[in-house]
Amino acid sequence: MSYDAVVVGSGPGGATAADVLTRAGWSVLIVDKGRNHLLDPSDLTRPAADYSNDEVKFLNRHFLGPDPLVEPRTFRVGEEEGEHSHVGEVNSIPSTVGGGGTHADGKVPRFREEDFALLSAYGPIEDAAVADWPLSYDDLEPYYAEVERAIGVAGEAGANPLAAWRSGPYPMSPGAPMYGATLSTAAAERLGLHPYPAPTAANSVPYDGRPACNNCGFCAFFGCPIHAKGDPVALLRRVFATGRAELAADTFCSRIVVDGRRAGGVELIGPDGAARTVAARYVVVAAGAVETPRLLLLSGFEHPLIGRHLMVHFQTIAIGTFAQRFHTHRGRAVTHVHDDAVLVDDEARAAARAAGLPWVRGGMVEHGGPSLPIMEAKLYPWGPQHKQLMRSSPMRDRLWALTMQGEDLPQPTNRVDLDPTVRDARGFPVARVTYRPHRHEVAASGHHGPRLVRVLKEMGATWTMVATSPGLPGSRTSPVPISRHVMGTARMGTDPATSVVDPAGRVHGVENVVVADSSVFVTSAGYGPTLTLVALAARAAGAMAGTPLGT
Amino acid sequence: MAPVAVLVPFRRVASGGIRMPMWFTEHEYRVAAAACDRLIPSDPTPGAAEAGVVDYIDTLLGAFTFDPPRIWAGGPASGRAGGAAGFAAFHRLGPLDELAWRTRIEGSKGIPEREFNGPVVGWQERYRAGLAVLGDDFCDLDAEGQDERLRAHEEFVELLYEHCCEGMYGAPEYGGNRDGVGWAGIEFPGDVQPRGWSDDEVSGP
Repeated sequence: MSYDAVVVGSGPGGATAADVLTRAGWSVLIVDKGRNHLLDPSDLTRPAADYSNDEVKFLNRHFLGPDPLVEPRTFRVGEEEGEHSHVGEVNSIPSTVGGGGTHADGKVPRFREEDFALLSAYGPIEDAAVADWPLSYDDLEPYYAEVERAIGVAGEAGANPLAAWRSGPYPMSPGAPMYGATLSTAAAERLGLHPYPAPTAANSVPYDGRPACNNCGFCAFFGCPIHAKGDPVALLRRVFATGRAELAADTFCSRIVVDGRRAGGVELIGPDGAARTVAARYVVVAAGAVETPRLLLLSGFEHPLIGRHLMVHFQTIAIGTFAQRFHTHRGRAVTHVHDDAVLVDDEARAAARAAGLPWVRGGMVEHGGPSLPIMEAKLYPWGPQHKQLMRSSPMRDRLWALTMQGEDLPQPTNRVDLDPTVRDARGFPVARVTYRPHRHEVAASGHHGPRLVRVLKEMGATWTMVATSPGLPGSRTSPVPISRHVMGTARMGTDPATSVVDPAGRVHGVENVVVADSSVFVTSAGYGPTLTLVALAARAAGAMAGTPLGT
Repeated sequence: MAPVAVLVPFRRVASGGIRMPMWFTEHEYRVAAAACDRLIPSDPTPGAAEAGVVDYIDTLLGAFTFDPPRIWAGGPASGRAGGAAGFAAFHRLGPLDELAWRTRIEGSKGIPEREFNGPVVGWQERYRAGLAVLGDDFCDLDAEGQDERLRAHEEFVELLYEHCCEGMYGAPEYGGNRDGVGWAGIEFPGDVQPRGWSDDEVSGP
């Protein structure tokens, strides 16, 4: 078989690329190593009915994959820990048809103008590869607008005074605010902050043939049982409706076949273990910022920056317990955010100076979080006090949290490579993550953590604490980051000496291999990466097909 | 087990009114139940005993005696908040899923395809050994004596407690949380599709 393009990875990036390419008339094979629980296998234009309000299935039994027993990853803080210090779950963004889009609660913020020009805006930082992107917010804005319509984003233009400019309104108005968020946003406003309804890819009204969200509460970590989340089910349904795309689920791409400066196709291993080669004019790699560099390395790509500059978001999590209950099991987990911590204001500059840095930057702060009783129960000790704690629920129903997705600076030593000894069940070397936060992240967290606590206290918290992920040395928290936001491992740029792909996502030197996920990010910003990677994928695929927006 | 096993009513009961274990021996079943009852005792609200948490664990360890295996309950709704009882139809596993879950539950047992990263001790073996170490007389001890034994076997109890929590507060289709008593005791409504919540229920106190 031969296709115009093989797309490796069916998450938001791959689905977007496939959408643009099939609409341009291309034949596309979409490959995903995970199973298809998103679309009806007998009619891929219809959603499946496999998702459910089931904590055991989604949180304890790896329904969306990857199962760390058969697809482990390894982790170490640095080379001083040897080959690795941890084997198992490392940033398990889902491995399933629909990818990372399936499990998220669908917050899809845009970046700000300065996020594309961090070096120009604030200057360099020692031991970090701070750089400008090879494109600007203005270049990307039409794509942001286009993909917001495609996946269906609910939000309120003008509600966030710190937002970048936008060419039009959101396709939908925001959904119902969580009760707790009505209290935490009021507290934040009293302290001079600027909370606003989080731009969310969950329908507030029926949209694009999908129903409005019915606030079931099983949002973050869960596939949507009624497919009110638009990302990326909406895109994949469009793709398969063209009749020009096929899906190979449960199929592992083990190699991109390269001959000189051209890729000729891919080697695939199907669900039955049988290998086959598929020819294609283009290979689009959208496997996520951990699996994408793994595939490039398994394929023998030799650029020394492949896998380097791995960024996560450094999470600072302030937790408060309250006398009152918030019924956090109703609604979309997180309905409000504030962006004030992305500003480099006088206080942030003072904190930076104290840490010996020119500047520090935090990130978007999420109000609230999911409500999961099994997760809660495991936090409490066993014995006579267990049921009493579960009833009073200080760690779930009387808890309110503020989570800052802190900007994580790119460092060449933070990287994905192939583990020298650990294999997956198919026999291939797994991805090894080497990651240690830069002192910028630590200083930003130290600066903003107490400011998050201040909001919780203003809201009436009777007890508060701050944790970070990754945990800092000496803390009880794991050094393995829990953030599912991964970026930067095939960074884009115009100079092949300092970047892996060009501004259109094409791998320098092998230009019919295009990376269409957050691997291409130059810096991490303090915002969830999905909408930006989707906009970039749309732009890259438009360039491939000769159909850029506006033509 | 034959595919018709799916037709066998799940909570099988012997003539004496005692549920027949799927995987545990009857002795292990009693020890495990007694241990779970110490980890999540009833206080006045129901604890592990009333919720049948031991049945969750027994079903997990015996998941592959069912067809499809009792690993992932179906979707999109359970019927408890309207709609059809979709949770009851468990998912079929793909080849890699089956490899993962058989290895996790049964251990690698020297089977080469399960040992690509070395041997794996399965949950069945950990439970058999862990329950044996709690002692043949465990059920005869008083509560304090049982707690003392449990505290002496921290590693096994960590596994047992994780599964206890899942069996207490997970969906009843997995064998525990009988009649939803785990959820009822903590003001958690459980799964709510397709009913969901109204905007007023989300935003109001």
